[in-house]
Amino acid sequence: MNSQKNFWDRFLAWVTVIGFIVGLVGLVDRLLNGHLHANYGSYVPWGLWVAGYIYMIGLSAGAFLMSALVYVFRVQALKKIGKLSLLVALATLVGALMTIWLDIGHMGRAWRLIFSTNFRSVMGWMVWLYSAYFVLLLLEIWFAMRVDLIKHKQEPGFRGALCRFLSFGKTDISPQRLEKDARILRILGGIGVPLAVAFHGSVGAIFGVVGARPYWHSGLTPIMFLVGALLSGGALLSFVTAVWGPEKGTESHHQLMTLLGKITLGLLGLDVLLEWAEYSIGLWHAVPTETASLKLILFGPYWWVFWLVHVGLGIAIPAVLLIFRPRSRGAVAMAGFLIAITFLSVRLNIVIPGLAVPELEGLEYAFSGPGLQFHYFPSLMEWLLFFWTVSLAAAIFLLGKTYLPIIDEGRQLKEATS
Amino acid sequence: MAEDKKLTHTVKAGEASPTAKAGPVIDRQGFLKKLGSAIFASLMLPAVFHKQFSALAQEAPPVPDLPQLPDPTPDEDPIIRMMRDLQRALQKPVEQRRWSMVIDLRKCVGCHTCTIACVAENKLPPGVVYRPVIEEEVGTYPNVRKRFIPRPCMQCEEPPCVPVCPVSATWKRPDGIVEIDYDKCIGCRYCITACPYSARVFDSGHFYTEHVPEEGPAFVAGAKARVYEAAAPYEYGQARPRHNGASPIGNARKCHFCLHRIERGMLPQCVTSCIGRATFFGDANDPDSLVSELIGQPNVMRLKEEMGTKPKVYYLL
Repeated sequence: MNSQKNFWDRFLAWVTVIGFIVGLVGLVDRLLNGHLHANYGSYVPWGLWVAGYIYMIGLSAGAFLMSALVYVFRVQALKKIGKLSLLVALATLVGALMTIWLDIGHMGRAWRLIFSTNFRSVMGWMVWLYSAYFVLLLLEIWFAMRVDLIKHKQEPGFRGALCRFLSFGKTDISPQRLEKDARILRILGGIGVPLAVAFHGSVGAIFGVVGARPYWHSGLTPIMFLVGALLSGGALLSFVTAVWGPEKGTESHHQLMTLLGKITLGLLGLDVLLEWAEYSIGLWHAVPTETASLKLILFGPYWWVFWLVHVGLGIAIPAVLLIFRPRSRGAVAMAGFLIAITFLSVRLNIVIPGLAVPELEGLEYAFSGPGLQFHYFPSLMEWLLFFWTVSLAAAIFLLGKTYLPIIDEGRQLKEATS
Repeated sequence: MAEDKKLTHTVKAGEASPTAKAGPVIDRQGFLKKLGSAIFASLMLPAVFHKQFSALAQEAPPVPDLPQLPDPTPDEDPIIRMMRDLQRALQKPVEQRRWSMVIDLRKCVGCHTCTIACVAENKLPPGVVYRPVIEEEVGTYPNVRKRFIPRPCMQCEEPPCVPVCPVSATWKRPDGIVEIDYDKCIGCRYCITACPYSARVFDSGHFYTEHVPEEGPAFVAGAKARVYEAAAPYEYGQARPRHNGASPIGNARKCHFCLHRIERGMLPQCVTSCIGRATFFGDANDPDSLVSELIGQPNVMRLKEEMGTKPKVYYLL
């Protein structure tokens, strides 16, 4: 068991370090040359980074809502992964915000989004909502760790020092105080649930309100974003729990994995249902432009992104694993990993096909130049920068789970056994 | 003004709720409805005020010395007549003007001069184009013809690109032209996705003289060509050379009917340069203007009317 844990730990740490270093090339290119080496432009103005942003922010909202099951709805079975899901939510949120910050044309003007907000714009709303969510997430994660920070204060080394610093001089670990912490967490989570629903719903609404793009323009879009967030976030958490979850190898961990598998399977079913609704209605050919976008997804040059990556690796294999091996930790972990990773293809297939259908036929032949095409595939710089932001999120997670009292039960168990 | 209507409507809906009289549970519903209306109203108010303030901020600049024009003659060039229309419009307060464009597709020969004249006027870099001309082939041989559709910004009466901007960096001026403040725009490109006509573009920072060697014969010497590219265009009346990633690099950009020319009594560059006299420009609020006459013709159409954007660019078929 331990050797397997070490393998995943090391493997992911190495992937993160390599992704971070290689990704730096993209970051430096972006900072030095702006958008010169990006393949998005005037006709397909949003590309991999916007898709990557809604992908990671969806993971964050999903993981956060899973934590709400613990702190708000008091689902005891998931109690031990409350902090873990909050950490996943925080790491992916930072990755998402970094991705979208690097995407905008004038990074130095991002403050305008808060201080000069246009509240008629859904994007203005979104910025306020996820700023509030960010603050709330930090508060919640602190209150969730408060007692453990105090408990680990005396530990030697960096971990102890960090815990000492982050406990901000608090020492109270009386049962009354614990009761109070739980109440605070319930209130914060209670605010957090509608906030997470609202902010990720508003990310979907950004697309939903655009009448010029029939493929996006649907009341179902924000709902699909939310269900997608729950599914991808839940799936990621299943994988994370399988690899780093508390009390690994025990019966309680086993039960926890089975429950997470069931939740993931349920959400997968719901997501497929919504996707079916969106695709079958759109393909009826009532709005030719919408049909064109869907045909581009199903039979266009990147058909394999939908059929092989999304349907094959993201739906079929996980569904088989979750239906036929529901009690296998490895199967649930694999299903979660596949769904969480391949969900990027779902996000790409929302952003790009909505833009890649010419709004006026013949426009691409009227004038040529960089960015004046409807064909889009991310450039090397775009991929590298995206690897960097994903690695950043992974690094925050790995450092957090190593140096913060996130998975304390597991650590105690390990200490006890070694 | 649509906001005002919505505002009163929703507040009334909350007050007049018939369910508000019955038991305590329904009372709560009534309260929630009112609360919802109040929240909605408070959120809409900034938008309403913003609209009024931005309208106030757009005072008409003092009318500059306008070019001297000859007396009208029956067979004069429509350019002269349109310049006269333009001068008349400039005497009016800015909110009484309604700049409109009419493009006669029967006269357009597809020479793309307007596209290039616009590029030259506004010093547009690679990847930025305000007025492409779309070419269409209609029918099959022998009943076949080509159709050319110049596509400037439609300067919509209901521009979908404006409300989506998260930082209020774009708005519709009182004279109807949709303007971008390059210093406010953060380059999120949401407006580009929202335009149904692909009339907004992104300035990624390219230069035509990229990878051109500094030295060499006159026609390949980058140093000489760069002098031209470094010269400032005068969009929105501001001299703004493109360099070092400064705006408008990293911004959304669009056709503005050559606002900087109009306000000096000159027609938009695409109108002046049109070799077939297929593009017309003027004040649609002035019943005596040439564009008013043309818009009144029965063979007039606008692009994507079903979107409800009410473009101020009209096409004659």
